[in-house]
Amino acid sequence: MSHKVLIVDDEPNIVISLEFLMQQSGYEVAIARDGEQALAQMVSFQPDLVLLDVMLPLRNGFEVCQKIRENSLWNRVKVVMLSAKGREIEVSKGLALGADAYITKPFSTKDLIAQVQRLLSDRA
Amino acid sequence: MMRFGLTLALLFGFLLAVIGCLFFILSVDISSQQRVLLDALLAQRAPPLALLAMLILLALGIGLKKLYQHYLIPLAQLSEDVVLLTANSAHRALPQGAREIRALIDKFNTLAASHQTLQDHVQARIEQANRALAEEKNRLAALMSELAQSVLVCNLEGRILLYNTRATQLLETTHDAAGTTIGLGRSVFGVIERGLIVHALEQIQHQRQQTDEQLTRPASDFVTTLANGQIVRAHMVPVLDNADALNGFVLTLEDITRNVATDSRRDALLHSLTQDTRAALANIRAAVETMRQFPDMNDAKRDQFTAIIDDESQRLSQQIERAEQGQSEHPGSRWQLEEMRGTDLIALLKRRIESRSVRIDTLATIDATLWLKLDSYALTQSLAYLVQRIAGEFNVSELHFGLQRAERLAHLDLSWSGSPLPLETLQAWENTALPLSAGKRLLTLSAVIAGLDGESVYLYHPAQRTSCYRILLPIAEPQAALDIRLKQPGRPEFYDFDLFHQSGQTAALDQGLLSRLSYTVFDTETTGLQPAAGDEIISIGALRIVNSRLLAQENFDQLVQPGRKLSAESSAIHGINDAMLHGQPTIESILPQFHRFAEDTVLVAHNAAFDMRFLQMKEERTGIRFTQPVLDTLLLSQVIHPHQEQHTLEAIATRLGVDIVGRHTALGDAIVTAEVFLKMIPLLAEKGIFTLGDAREAEQQTPYARIHY
Repeated sequence: MSHKVLIVDDEPNIVISLEFLMQQSGYEVAIARDGEQALAQMVSFQPDLVLLDVMLPLRNGFEVCQKIRENSLWNRVKVVMLSAKGREIEVSKGLALGADAYITKPFSTKDLIAQVQRLLSDRA
Repeated sequence: MMRFGLTLALLFGFLLAVIGCLFFILSVDISSQQRVLLDALLAQRAPPLALLAMLILLALGIGLKKLYQHYLIPLAQLSEDVVLLTANSAHRALPQGAREIRALIDKFNTLAASHQTLQDHVQARIEQANRALAEEKNRLAALMSELAQSVLVCNLEGRILLYNTRATQLLETTHDAAGTTIGLGRSVFGVIERGLIVHALEQIQHQRQQTDEQLTRPASDFVTTLANGQIVRAHMVPVLDNADALNGFVLTLEDITRNVATDSRRDALLHSLTQDTRAALANIRAAVETMRQFPDMNDAKRDQFTAIIDDESQRLSQQIERAEQGQSEHPGSRWQLEEMRGTDLIALLKRRIESRSVRIDTLATIDATLWLKLDSYALTQSLAYLVQRIAGEFNVSELHFGLQRAERLAHLDLSWSGSPLPLETLQAWENTALPLSAGKRLLTLSAVIAGLDGESVYLYHPAQRTSCYRILLPIAEPQAALDIRLKQPGRPEFYDFDLFHQSGQTAALDQGLLSRLSYTVFDTETTGLQPAAGDEIISIGALRIVNSRLLAQENFDQLVQPGRKLSAESSAIHGINDAMLHGQPTIESILPQFHRFAEDTVLVAHNAAFDMRFLQMKEERTGIRFTQPVLDTLLLSQVIHPHQEQHTLEAIATRLGVDIVGRHTALGDAIVTAEVFLKMIPLLAEKGIFTLGDAREAEQQTPYARIHY
């Protein structure tokens, strides 16, 4: 059974690429456009990994990450933050809130796929 | 003379009593024959006896009068002469009275002469020292006036002791005859937020308590906005007294309005060029890489990716164009930051936040080598608010501060035990607008943290049931430049810093020592002597006394258009004529200025009731009320010299050895009054009158006090 990846980003131009890449890598993909949708999808879609942008409408990525970590049911869900906020301090904050990886934009798609594969194989 | 009459009456009474007793002794238990004989004898000798009695009485009266004239009165005057001598060493007693008294007066005058010689000698030495002091002062003034920065020297109460012209230029907001908003003896809190100054002083006090920091020069920096909108960077260094205790501070101010504007623009540009372009670049790069990685994708997909690249490239071009035109989407109004040792910050936080209900502990995990870039005032204020909310809502009575290094960042941790803090609640608190100090700035904790280029994280550990509010902050490089060894404690030695010991002026004014209060000494010239009959003020002159020092430069000198013709008699007195008053401002526009000039001081005038009456006549029309206490040199002179008959300003000035210059101009009379008043302060002290309250009470006991205009 293939792993499920939830893509949370409000910019369609990146979502198209990410969706295509994840599908080509053989994962089942769902999309959320804002923080609230993301939390709703956590329940309905039950992803194994979340690609999470920081700047989102309604709830930002940091908050979503914190909410995911607060719920013990989602202990095993991997969170990869993807953000244009690339300063050390924001990376540090993301990791402090329990993200498994913090990738700053722009990023290499190869590295991203490798990172996702590594995290999901850890999990298996 | 009352006393003389009383003494004479007593003497006469005593004499009558003696004679009565004599008769009683003669006439008691004698036989009737002897009594008849005695009566006959007395009747026969009555006329010469009566004459004798009259003579004795007369002689006694004359004797007593002589005694008064030649002994007692000269002695009483001599004792007044002694008091006068202390004020005016050129004073001599007039030779009068009996030989012995004359001899005494002679001795007194000899003593006075040697006293005067001594006094002159001391005076000469004082003048010599003063000249040296004045030279130092002028050198300092010249130095200060050359400085590009504005400099203010203040005592701990925030009273300005010294300032340069640059400071006047920077801080002055109004231009009128009453002068500028800063001046000797005025409060610095009128121009700079009180909370900031107190905060900076606390920081300096803390640095001074650090024994391991003997080598560094305690100082504090902050940035603030002035009433006129200018942004200034302030550098505060302490002024120490002989015992090495803090008793004032020097503020160096620099106008950085333009720098801040430039910095903000640059910050905003940088921000948009990094964060915004990162996003666009990421989208392009992901699309390109996907296309290259999967060359076999269908045409529809390929078109989609090409559209993304096209779209994002255009967005990028627009962003760069906007950045060039300076229309950034991110208003970067970054506050200027100070560099500070982390341990100092923790100590400040602890002191500011700790209260009876909340105990603050510091954790062992405090990294003493950390330096941070902060706006410590805003941070402590906003963190204090957060702690107060946490303590209140979660019944927390103990919190811990920690500070540690995490690679290139610092973690400032605030931790406590108890149930977890809901995210929404925390966010609401972080975004509550707090009035910082006097309310010029409204900031939220999250804005403060963002301003420090920091981030905050809330972490909860379910196992230990502990919460941690962590602020991530950039680390600053330690300031090596600050480690300057001080050879000697740097204390300026060249100015009158007596004001350092002055107590607050508003509280308990009556208990203020006369020698320590600030005064506005003033005089008015008028069209006539009857304010109720329409006489008006035509001139106000005033100057200030601060800490027993007359400030001749900070004076108020203004002619006033009275709106009526001057009489020839009054022109003859003050030398002002109608032509001179033509075009001068009216009393309605002058009184507010004079009121501001006299603010927070005690008023002093000669025959003050007269001048006050003129001021009070205008109260209703101008709405200006002079409510401060008033001292009157006329009344004080009576307190000091009750036996002197003349209490005109001239008479007092002559008695006290004050030169009379420029009389009958308002400012000239105000100067004479001020000098006379200064001479009176030690004389009042001899009478046990030390405070404003004492002086006002003594004034009320004098006979003139009941005159009203």
